[in-house]
Amino acid sequence: MDVETLSRLQFAGTVMFHYLFPPLTIGLGLIMVILEGLWLRTGDVSWKHAARFWTGIFALNFALGVATGIVMEFEFGTNWAAYSRFVGDVFGSALASEGIFAFFLESGFLAVLVFGWDRVGPRLHFLSSVLVFLGSCFSAVWIVVANSWQQTPAGYRIVETEVNGRTALRAEITDFWAMVFNPSSVDRLTHTLIGALILGAFFVSSVSAYYLLRRRHELFARRCMTIAVIVASIFSVLALVSGHDQARQVARTQPAKLAAFEGHFQTGPGDLYLFGWPDEKEERVRWGIAIPRMLSFLVHDDFSTPITGLDAFPPEDRPRVWIPFQAYHLMVAVGMALIAISLTSLVMLRGGRLFRCRPLLMLHVVTVLAVFAANHSGWVAAETGRQPWLVYPSEQGGVMMPGLRTSDGLSESVRAEQVLASIIMFGVVYALLFALWVFVLNSKIQHGPDERASRASPQRGFLQAAASIGSERHDLLETPTDGTR
Amino acid sequence: MILNHDSLALIWFALLGVLLIGYTILDGFDLGVGILHPIARSDEERRIMMNAIGPLWDGNEVWLVTFGGALFAAFPVAYATVFSAFYMPFMLLLTALIFRAVSLEFRSKVRSRIWRGLWDRGFFASSLLVAFLFGLVGGHTMLGLPVNQDLSVHMTAPDFIRPYPIAVGLLTVFLFAMHGAIFLFLKTEGDLQRRIERWVWRTFGVFLVAYILLTMYTLVEVPHVTRNFREHGWLWVVPLLNVLAIANIPRAMYLRRPFYAFVSSGATIAALAFLFAAAIYPHLVPGTIDPAWSVSIYNARSSETTLRIMLLIAIIGIPCVLTYTVLVYWIFRGKVRLDEHSY
Repeated sequence: MDVETLSRLQFAGTVMFHYLFPPLTIGLGLIMVILEGLWLRTGDVSWKHAARFWTGIFALNFALGVATGIVMEFEFGTNWAAYSRFVGDVFGSALASEGIFAFFLESGFLAVLVFGWDRVGPRLHFLSSVLVFLGSCFSAVWIVVANSWQQTPAGYRIVETEVNGRTALRAEITDFWAMVFNPSSVDRLTHTLIGALILGAFFVSSVSAYYLLRRRHELFARRCMTIAVIVASIFSVLALVSGHDQARQVARTQPAKLAAFEGHFQTGPGDLYLFGWPDEKEERVRWGIAIPRMLSFLVHDDFSTPITGLDAFPPEDRPRVWIPFQAYHLMVAVGMALIAISLTSLVMLRGGRLFRCRPLLMLHVVTVLAVFAANHSGWVAAETGRQPWLVYPSEQGGVMMPGLRTSDGLSESVRAEQVLASIIMFGVVYALLFALWVFVLNSKIQHGPDERASRASPQRGFLQAAASIGSERHDLLETPTDGTR
Repeated sequence: MILNHDSLALIWFALLGVLLIGYTILDGFDLGVGILHPIARSDEERRIMMNAIGPLWDGNEVWLVTFGGALFAAFPVAYATVFSAFYMPFMLLLTALIFRAVSLEFRSKVRSRIWRGLWDRGFFASSLLVAFLFGLVGGHTMLGLPVNQDLSVHMTAPDFIRPYPIAVGLLTVFLFAMHGAIFLFLKTEGDLQRRIERWVWRTFGVFLVAYILLTMYTLVEVPHVTRNFREHGWLWVVPLLNVLAIANIPRAMYLRRPFYAFVSSGATIAALAFLFAAAIYPHLVPGTIDPAWSVSIYNARSSETTLRIMLLIAIIGIPCVLTYTVLVYWIFRGKVRLDEHSY
């Protein structure tokens, strides 16, 4: 394989692994803030135990998010040197802002959050969790702004710079706020944050449902489940609204991307596929079921308005279709299912029927995996759908600004075998990390929120793999300090 | 002062220096704690050492992330050249940073001797490797890289194994070990503290010898490092202060004022980072094929508008960052106490 394919694989693999953690920390952050707020308000110490439990899980994910996130920052320079020179003026400032405004806030107050329970008062501790949550949202703000600028660039110009007698193009900021509030950043940020909050809620509901099914930590589980279901209901409905807005925005700003999402090869009224198998050679979707002309209606509120198809673009400017199509449809399908699950659960909260409904609880246990898949596939669709561009060409004040193709963004000095070696290295390290993450997460979940409650219940594996290790592991897995209290 | 493009580039060079100094002083002591980790004899001592940096290491690493982001924003050309040139060292560095984070995070989660032993070794090895690789990269940068006309640098694995950068890498390891030892001395008590005190002296001795040897080696091997000193005589103040700071470490330890010793070792790190910057200025990557192809603060910089905006961001951001840092260090001051939230 060539350097380009390998570098893309490397970036896709490392960023997807990284993206297991940040949305989970954002989502859990909100739950932590709510629980700790309830503790401050009611003085009921069981809210504090609950907040503490989720803080422990949050901290684990945060550490992995930081460790895998530094990789991304390095990869821009190591593998995409030409890209870095092209966008550094714009993208770099967003990345630096993320460091200054978000990471310091998060990491500083995370220390207070995790290690400071006995060192600071409840109010400062609550403030710390609010600030950590805000910090994680800020980091989403800056990185999504940077990414959105590449998709729908604004507030910049392309200039020719000369270094060592050779000229090269690069983007330079002309209007900082226009760059920040480029046409897609608000839509994409909203959708990204909503996705993260849904993930946090379903993560909490998964663990709580597991406890309810096992009849362990029931007070904790009921309370957390209630909060999670409410949060999930609100944001899964909002995800639909923001997703709809975003699709319309993509239709305006990146029509080729929308065409790839929907497998819309020929310009004309657009059908909305529920599923299908796009065939790029034949330029049609096989085995698909579609609502005729529904896409036109959703985008233009009119069934007959034509939607730009891929045929409107020269072949070298078209994205590939299969991956964006499937990823996009997976995200939408999961999104719809989440609305159904969360609203049903919300209704069944009345009288606590949800807590006794075993099938629905079992569904909650596994749904979190689908939410991870939806968050990931959304980004896969967004990033594969914008190909072949790293930075889209655009029109600024009547002047056409050239874009940057993915194939033109590589490092001149990096060779395929180097990239391959690094992929293998990351592959091994990340596989190990993933196994450890699941193992430690499981041990924390098995250990539960307040160890003084429900000691008697047998310890069973949350995941089958872990379950096979055996029940005596319970003692091994307790955090070593348990006895000191 | 008039903020034109040249002065903005100079300011950003200085701000990057500040970030580098912040990073090396702060992460320097927690890397040093990792390098000294094997001297702990019991599980409790190992936990004390890890928890001495427990609430702090993560924030310290953010200085590196921000340094990377600021280099990307202010001097994108240098960012692209440096990061692609050091491809394999940086991939190793990333792996080591991941292992270090994971060792800290996972070690105490399972009560098994094998599990903990594994992560203890991982913590030690990754801290050592991170410190060494930073020194190695710094040493290579001082020597200069074979920058091509298109700003790319083609280096293969054997090119990285050269005596001078390896010597700088070793000095960095000794320096951080000493800095970490003094930090641990501040955070521990009793028998462990007495053993750590012996390590303060040992690491100081090794560092001092290495420092003297490397200084001579640098003047012989990389004579161009003094170029700026000939033009700007006042720069000689820095090595002078550096020597005083180094001399103050044993004095302060002897007088039982370990905090001053810590400040002095921090000042030593700051001085060395400053000397590194003064040695390469105005270049970010001196070129060895044709000095005219060097990556300098003038050909690598962002546009004037961007540098100005970034300066504003820094002016707003830096006081916030300092506030959080001081607050967190204040909250976690004093000796390490293991409690139920510790690692």
